[in-house]
Amino acid sequence: MTPAPETIGSILAIDCGSTTTKAILIERGEGGYRLAARGEAPTTVEAPFEDVTRGVLNAVRELEELAGRPLLDGERIRTPQLGNAGVDLFVCTSSAGGGLQMMVSGLVLQMTGESAQRAALGAGAIVMDVIALNDGRRPHEKIRRLRQLRPDMILLSGGTDGGDTRRVVEMAEILAAAEPKARLGAGYDLPVIFAGNRDAASLVADCLASRTALTTVANLRPTLERENLGPARDAIHELFMEHVMAHAPGYRKLMTWTPVPIMPTPGAMGLIIEQVARQENQSVVGVDIGGATTDVFSVFDGVFHRTVSANLGMSYSVSNVMAETGVANILRWVPFAVDESDLRNRIKNKMIRPTTIPQTLEDLVVEQALAREALRLAFEQHKSLATGLKGVQTERTISDVLDQSGSGATLVDLTGLALLVGSGGVLSHAPRRAQAMMMMIDAFLPEGFTELAVDSIFMAPQLGVLSTVHPTAATEVFERDCLVRLGAVLAPIGTGKAGAPCVTVELADAGGGPGLTRKVAFGAMECLPIPPAGARMTASPDRGVDLGAGRGRPIETMVRPGQVGLVIDARGRRPFALPEPDGERQARLREWNRALDLYPRDV
Amino acid sequence: MMAHGTTPGLRVTGWTELTRERRLPLKGEVLVTAGQKVDADTVVARSELPGNVQTINLAARLSLDPARVASALVHPIGTFVRKGEVVAVGKSLFGLVSQKAEAPADGTIESVSPVTGQLILRERPVPIEVTAYVHGMVASVLGGEGAVVRTAGAFVQGVFGVGGETFGPLVTAVDHPGATLEASHLTEAMRGQVVVGGAFASHATLERARAVGVAAVIVGGFDDRDLRALLGRDLGVAITGSEDLGLTLILTEGFGRLPIAARTWSLLARHAGRIASVSGATQIRAGVIRPEIVIPLEPAPEHADQGSGARGLDPGAPVRIVRDPYFGQLGTVAALPVEAREIDSGARVRVVVVRCEDGHEVTVPRANVEVLDR
Repeated sequence: MTPAPETIGSILAIDCGSTTTKAILIERGEGGYRLAARGEAPTTVEAPFEDVTRGVLNAVRELEELAGRPLLDGERIRTPQLGNAGVDLFVCTSSAGGGLQMMVSGLVLQMTGESAQRAALGAGAIVMDVIALNDGRRPHEKIRRLRQLRPDMILLSGGTDGGDTRRVVEMAEILAAAEPKARLGAGYDLPVIFAGNRDAASLVADCLASRTALTTVANLRPTLERENLGPARDAIHELFMEHVMAHAPGYRKLMTWTPVPIMPTPGAMGLIIEQVARQENQSVVGVDIGGATTDVFSVFDGVFHRTVSANLGMSYSVSNVMAETGVANILRWVPFAVDESDLRNRIKNKMIRPTTIPQTLEDLVVEQALAREALRLAFEQHKSLATGLKGVQTERTISDVLDQSGSGATLVDLTGLALLVGSGGVLSHAPRRAQAMMMMIDAFLPEGFTELAVDSIFMAPQLGVLSTVHPTAATEVFERDCLVRLGAVLAPIGTGKAGAPCVTVELADAGGGPGLTRKVAFGAMECLPIPPAGARMTASPDRGVDLGAGRGRPIETMVRPGQVGLVIDARGRRPFALPEPDGERQARLREWNRALDLYPRDV
Repeated sequence: MMAHGTTPGLRVTGWTELTRERRLPLKGEVLVTAGQKVDADTVVARSELPGNVQTINLAARLSLDPARVASALVHPIGTFVRKGEVVAVGKSLFGLVSQKAEAPADGTIESVSPVTGQLILRERPVPIEVTAYVHGMVASVLGGEGAVVRTAGAFVQGVFGVGGETFGPLVTAVDHPGATLEASHLTEAMRGQVVVGGAFASHATLERARAVGVAAVIVGGFDDRDLRALLGRDLGVAITGSEDLGLTLILTEGFGRLPIAARTWSLLARHAGRIASVSGATQIRAGVIRPEIVIPLEPAPEHADQGSGARGLDPGAPVRIVRDPYFGQLGTVAALPVEAREIDSGARVRVVVVRCEDGHEVTVPRANVEVLDR
C-alpha cells in the first residue's frame, strides 16, 4: 500500500535503464524535498547475473555509501524509514527488457495500414512489417512473412465501422493460417489486438480467438476522416507490460518491492514534460536518448505526443544509428578526418560492449556526432507521427486522406517551440554543458528563440513516476535539483552568404549591469553570457531574415540565465546546410566549437 | 564492493560443468531419456511445423457467392490433394459454363470461409529436429518439448558471433594468436572443422572457408565492413544466430584487428583435435547471449585450469581494456583511485590504473575494463 504523502519523509526512486540503473534518494528537510544523493550501477541483464534486481541493489549500495546511512536490509529495501535506516517510499521505472517488436496490418497500406503503424509506433513498438491487402504480396507470401518474423505482438486493423467485413476477415484468415508464434518462446499465445471494423469483430474472433490471445478494442479508423489511436495504443501498452517487460530477468521480483506499479521509463518521462508545459503554458519538446531507444515528447497547443524510436540509441542500438543515417551523415559533424573502416569498427565495439565510455576527446566528439544523428532521426520520426491528431481523435479532411504523402501536417512547429529539454546519458553526462546544448541545436535545428535545458542528473523519469503518488515532492525536486537551464538559442530563419549581415542582438541586464550589442553575420555562431538576473533581448533581423515574428520584424523577450548563455546560431535555416567541401566544413566546425568553448582543446 | 562499476568479463575456463536446454519451438516428441549419453548430433526431440499455406479465392475464381463455395468443393475438408487436382467446380449461366479451381500445390484442404470464399490449402508439415548440440548426458527431459543436456569441459565465451550451432574437431590454422588467418591457410582437410585463426580474418578468407566447408571460424577480430559483406546488410542491433551463412563466425575480442587473448589461445590450441560445439548466437539485450565454444572433456583433466571465475575489480585482478585508446590490451589492476579523475575527454570519472602486459601503466575509466577469469 502506498503511504499517505504527508507521512513520507524519504523516497528512493530508481530507473532501470537498458544500460544503467540509476537510484536517487530524496529527503524532506526544512525547505521541502531535496535530492540527497544519487548512485548508479550497470543494469544487470548480462550473465552471470541475469537479474535486474542485482543492478538495483548495487545502485542502492552506492547510494548507502554516499548518503552514509543504511537503506537495505540484506537484499530488501527497508521500508518505512526507522530512525536513520530505510526509506518511506520506493518507486521504480524501467525500460529494461529490450524493445517491443510488432507487426501491424491494415486493409489499405496508406490508410488503415498507416494508422495502425502510427498507433504501434506511438505506443513504443518497433514495427517489423506492415501487412496490407494491397502491399503487393500474395497471400502465401504474407503468411510466410508472418511466420518468419515472430513478433511480440500483432495489431490487426482494417475497415471503417459499418463497412464491408469480408476484406477484414480475409486478413484475419491469413493471420490464422500463419499461426504465428510469439518471439519469447512457446509458453504463451501470441497477443493480437483487433482494432478494425467493429462489425467484423465477432467474425475475427471466430478466426483467431482459439489460436491467439485476442483483445478487441475500438476501431482505430472508425471513419475515413477520423483516427482514434488511443484505445489501440493503450492495449499495446498493457500487453507490453504483461508480456514483454515481465520477461526481463528479475523483473517479476522487482514488482513485489514497490507499492506503486512500475512505470515504463518513457511514460514517466512524458508525465514530467507534460507538467512543465502545463505549468508555464508553453510548447515543449523533450527528448530522452538512452542506450537502446530514443523517446521524443512534445506538447504543442496543449496536445501531448510521444514517440519511441525503438532502435535509435547510444549503445545497444548505436550500430543501427549508423545503418539508418549512413557514415557520411555522422562524419559531417566531426571536424577531423576519420577512416570509415575505423569508424565502423568503433561503433560495433560500442554495440558489443555497451557500457563503455569515451576516454579520448576525439572518441567523445565521434560519440556526440552519433548522438546528433540519433536525436535528429528520432525527431524526424516524431514529426512525421505527431500529425493532425487532436487529442485522442483527429479530424482529417478527405483531401488530406487522398493525398497519400501528407497524412496531415505535422503539429511540431519549431518557431513556436519555447523550451527544449534533453535527457539521457550522452546529454546529461556531457563533460561540458555547452556540448549538450550544441548537440540539441544541431539535431533539432530550433528556429527563432528557444530556451534549452537538460535533466542534469538524469532523473526526470523517476520524478515522473513519483508525481503520480507525491506531486509536491516531485515538483520541488524537479525545479531545484533536476532541470538545469542551459540558456537559449536565437536561430534566424533564412539563408545568406557567409559573412553577410544576419541579425543584431542587444542584451540589457535585468539587474542593471552594462548591456551589450552584437552584430552576427551569416555562417557564424556566437555565445553571449546572460547576467544572473537575466536579460532583456532585442533582436533585429536583417532584410529577408525571420526571427519567428515574420521577415524583417524584430523580437523582444526576456532571457533567463543559463549555464551556457545565449547562443546566436546564424548558420541559416530552411534550409540548414553545412559547408562543403570537407576542409571548409571542418574549419567551420572548429570555429563554432571555439565560439561555444565546446571542448578543452581543438580537435 | 567495487565490482559493480565494471562489465562482467567473458568466461574462459579450462574446466566447467554446463547444461544446455534443448527445446523445440513447439510441442513434439522427445527421443531421449534421462541419463542417456548423447553426442552433439544426437536428435533429442522431433516435431513437425505446420506446412506452408496456399490460399485460393474460390468465390472470385468460380464467380460464386462466398456462402456457396463450400458446396462447390469436389473433396470434403481434410482431404489431401495433389498439385493440379481439381478442388472445386462452379457452374454458371444456368449450368452451361463450369469453372474449375485447381490445387496450386500438394496439400490438405484445411478450410473454406463462408465470409470471404477463400480456400486454405495446407502443404505437408515440415519436420524439425533438435539435436543435443554438445556431447554429454541427458540431465532431464522437458515433457514433450526437449531435454536438458549436461556436459563438462573447457568453455570459452566470445564477444560476438554470427551463424548458428555447429560442431567439429578444433584445429589451429595459424601459429600465433596475433597472426592473420589467410585464405591460403584453409585446406580441404578443414572441411567440417572448427578453425581457430589469429587476430583477424577478411571477408575473402571467410568466403574461402565457406567454399572449403569449414564448420566455424574463431578469430580475435573482424572488420564491420566485412561483416556487412558477409550478411548482405548493415547489422543494426546485435541479435544474431539465425543467419544462414554456411558457417559460424565467432570473435573473441571485438571489431578490428585484435589478437586472441593468450589464455583463450592456449586453451583452444591445447585441445586441438577434440570435438568442439560452437554457437554464434549473440544477443546483447535483456537476457544476454554471447557466442560460445564448448569442448567436452572426459574425464576431467588432472591439472584443469578451472579459473576462479571473474571476481571484482580488485588490485591484481586480470583485466582487458575494451575501449580506445588502449582497446584490446590486457593487464592487471595496479591501483583503484577512490576520487574521480578528469580524463582526456574532459569527463570526471572513476578510473583504474592498469599495468599492461608490456609493463607500462595506463589510466582508464573503470567502465572501460572487463575483469577476466583468473
